[in-house]
Amino acid sequence: MSGSGFETVPWAAGSPGPPERLIFERSAPGRRASSLADPDAEGLPQVDPGRVLPAWARRSGPVRLPEVSERDLVRHYTRLAHRNWSVDLGFYPLGSCTMKYNPKVAEVAAGLPGFARLHPAQPDEQTQGALELLGRLEHALCELTGLAAVSFQPAAGAHGELCGLLIIRAWHQARGDPRRRVLIPDAAHGTNPASVRLAGFQTTTVASGPDGLVDLSSLEAALGDDVAALMITNPNTLGLFERNIAQVAELVHGVGGQLYYDGANFNAILGKARPGDMGFDVVHLNLHKTFATPHGGGGPGAGPLVVASHLADFRPAPVVVRDPGGSGGRAGSPPAEPRWRWDADRPRSIGRVHGWNGNFGILVRAFAYLLANGGDGLRHVAEGAVLNANYLLERLQPVYQLGYPTRPVMHEFVLSARRQKQLGARALDVAKGLIDRGFHPPTVYFPLIVEEALMVEPTETESLQTLDAFADAMLELAAQAETDAHRLHQAPTSAPVGRLDEARAARQLVVRWHPPPQPGQAGTDPTDQGPPDKPTS
Amino acid sequence: LGYLPHTSEDVGRMLAALGLDDVEELFGPIPAGLRAPDDLELPRAHAEQEVAAELGRLAGRNRNLDELCCFLGAGVYDHYVPACVWYLAGRGEFATSYTPYQPEMSQGVLQALFEYQTLISELTGLEVSNASLYDGASAVAEAAGMATAATGRSEVLVSGAVAPRVRQLLETYGRGLDIKLGEVGALGGHTDLEQLAGLAGEQTAAVLLAQPNFLGVVEDVAAAARIAHDVGARLLVSFDPLAAGLLEPPGRQGADVVVGEGQALGGHPNFGGPAFGFLACRATDVRRLPGRLVGETVDATGRRGFVLTLQAREQHIRRERATSNICTNQTLNAIAAAVYLGWLGPRGLEELGARCLRLARYAAERLQAVPGVRLAFPAQPFWREFVVRLPADPATVCRRLVDHGLLAGLPLGGLYPGLADGLLVAVTERRSKADIDHLADAMAAVLADLEGSGEPRRGAPDGGEGAR
Repeated sequence: MSGSGFETVPWAAGSPGPPERLIFERSAPGRRASSLADPDAEGLPQVDPGRVLPAWARRSGPVRLPEVSERDLVRHYTRLAHRNWSVDLGFYPLGSCTMKYNPKVAEVAAGLPGFARLHPAQPDEQTQGALELLGRLEHALCELTGLAAVSFQPAAGAHGELCGLLIIRAWHQARGDPRRRVLIPDAAHGTNPASVRLAGFQTTTVASGPDGLVDLSSLEAALGDDVAALMITNPNTLGLFERNIAQVAELVHGVGGQLYYDGANFNAILGKARPGDMGFDVVHLNLHKTFATPHGGGGPGAGPLVVASHLADFRPAPVVVRDPGGSGGRAGSPPAEPRWRWDADRPRSIGRVHGWNGNFGILVRAFAYLLANGGDGLRHVAEGAVLNANYLLERLQPVYQLGYPTRPVMHEFVLSARRQKQLGARALDVAKGLIDRGFHPPTVYFPLIVEEALMVEPTETESLQTLDAFADAMLELAAQAETDAHRLHQAPTSAPVGRLDEARAARQLVVRWHPPPQPGQAGTDPTDQGPPDKPTS
Repeated sequence: LGYLPHTSEDVGRMLAALGLDDVEELFGPIPAGLRAPDDLELPRAHAEQEVAAELGRLAGRNRNLDELCCFLGAGVYDHYVPACVWYLAGRGEFATSYTPYQPEMSQGVLQALFEYQTLISELTGLEVSNASLYDGASAVAEAAGMATAATGRSEVLVSGAVAPRVRQLLETYGRGLDIKLGEVGALGGHTDLEQLAGLAGEQTAAVLLAQPNFLGVVEDVAAAARIAHDVGARLLVSFDPLAAGLLEPPGRQGADVVVGEGQALGGHPNFGGPAFGFLACRATDVRRLPGRLVGETVDATGRRGFVLTLQAREQHIRRERATSNICTNQTLNAIAAAVYLGWLGPRGLEELGARCLRLARYAAERLQAVPGVRLAFPAQPFWREFVVRLPADPATVCRRLVDHGLLAGLPLGGLYPGLADGLLVAVTERRSKADIDHLADAMAAVLADLEGSGEPRRGAPDGGEGAR
């Protein structure tokens, strides 16, 4: 195998070890980690909760939190960590997820007390640094997208979709032309149609053509004066750039619709092309993808929304604004500094989609990434992502079929394991086989328009050695499918657990731990009067 | 550049394999007319030490809660965050992993979330918790969506003592979900249950209140539940999870869906995010649950393992018929909350609740003793937060108190018509008796000074902004 070895981290190298007990199963009555300052030492007057809180409000039974020491906690979560894959550990080529390396300088910055220990209701004069950061990030995101204004409230991509669709809805209504339908290509992320419904619209699906791109005649057939918007990802989920995007924009705008850009794949065109120049009116960006903020096992992310100027007034309030400085101060006083502030006086705003102002801590990390790379660096990011994807595809395509034949791809590509399936190894088996070879599998069975889909996104931060090692593993698996497909059904054998019975999980639903029935056993509270999760009224 | 690994030799080899001369050729599918201009106004590349310095400079332009003594709450609280919480939750294996789509490689996150679900179930008194939502406010909207879908009705009656920000968000989401919002008054500091009983009817999908409410007052959840259930509506409660040390979990008092903001569980204030929202419901509603759900199962050899389950509810399977559009949630904050609750333990939770209560009672006594200051709702029970009425404009008083190193609370002017002179004060276990004495003394000094300078005795009249 070329290039493998140091880049792979197979769990097979060692035993994954015994399963880690639940934290509740480590519990022992009377043990604890917490220590609270002693109020009596300060001479604080006594308060009897029973006298100042009414009986109807007071807790009647135990809250069964685990009783563990700090050492227990540290060992438990460290052991859980060892049972989890991560970008810090190895290659993670999940298509559409952009699992690139997360720079550590951004982590340190976000943890600074000046950011982490800032209360969102503090007056603007106390938060000028945070507001400046947001203002400068907004400017950069506008430059990169070719649009006019940002809302930082959306906490994730799907949240941005909902926010953007509500803005589009409000815009149509403000023009006295309420609309009903939103068009979505059949290759779209599932969040798109789900967001459409939440925003009060109906979905019309537009078919892809044989080249994997939006079929213009299908689009034209679907268009009408009740169409509020077309939502589209570009490059699309097949990793293909929609070459006809300018015509698409013209058609949609021609019936009075708006063009929505799902930014999940923005990494491919960062600094190379701009949605605003293509005719898009609304963009959400997934900063946890494109701007390298860590994904956190499923969040927190940040899904800021960038809109064209005609939609800026409809953004959720408040928004960050900058009052210019100048010499307008009182006689003898120094010239006023420019001042940043939240502007809540936004009469056309759709309102609010977040309790405060979005995932600020993630925005700090994204800003650090922006500074580290700079404009030129971001262009190199896109070039690296596209080069890596095309190189990896070149190595794999002799054995795996490309879902749609169009090349070059951009930052990702979708293979089909239909050839392997005929031999008895499905995409899922290839995926699980990769685990035993020290790689996280690609996204499987998405997009839905490719049979036995394997969606691969290497990202720009992976080295040639890693790509080669991964390609070698994929080719080995294909070879194994030819000779002994059955053995792949047993994979993975080296992970902390074998292939899990997902059907059983859904059929015999167990979604929380319950204490064992015997009283007095470790983990039970002796005062337990039975399961408290039965409704009492 | 540090994050791009290729040497020029690597790039040469890769291009050769592709039969290309230049990476630019790969961008051929983008029409020339759609190429980005070269002169985008973007920062230059910065060395890591320059990045650290610039972020340090910006952080230094903020006055953080280590510099100011914080009595500001209103949904985000300055609780102590134990060292082990982010030491563990911040580990790269958790922080740099994706949503656990491949369960065999993600047992760490999945088990942590299963434990989190159990903890939320215990705190709320309901059987099923999802694996987190964006924040407490959006969790309320998800709960409202569940209730309208379950009942086939469209009206949600919302207590005026639910946080104004949450009500704003519900209004925004409600337009898409076609939810009709009705408001129940809270003039006495608590939800007007008599008015609620009059408004609730067969058109009502749900009743929403907060426990304790935005004004700090402890609500009679069981009574509200009876009113809601009498008309076949659901009771939704936005619950402060740390209150579970003293207060009965709403699920045990008849609440059907309990949601809330998780920031107080081991989260830093973070200027409002990231924190997380939680949502728990009855087992009978599990198929309406929004968001991720982790379930227990076994592998082929019978070993226990955890997977994402009931995915048929979710957007990537069900698309427009999904229970929600949520995909990325706030997993890492949920894991941090689980670590925090493990650190706290049952006795820590109770002690912390009692400690906040004791400090808040003392603060209320001390502030009431300041001439002209009185409790807004003296007859109502409260836990960690309460409203005082001031004899001068609260915003002005707060500004003056910053000079004494104090964030005195949230001025309620503009939020509640009857509380233009109101100040919402929160007291966590991080505050000491000495801090409270300092707040009361400084408040007295500032008020005396304002009176001496002829400032109006009462707060400015309401602008009406946000008031309902």
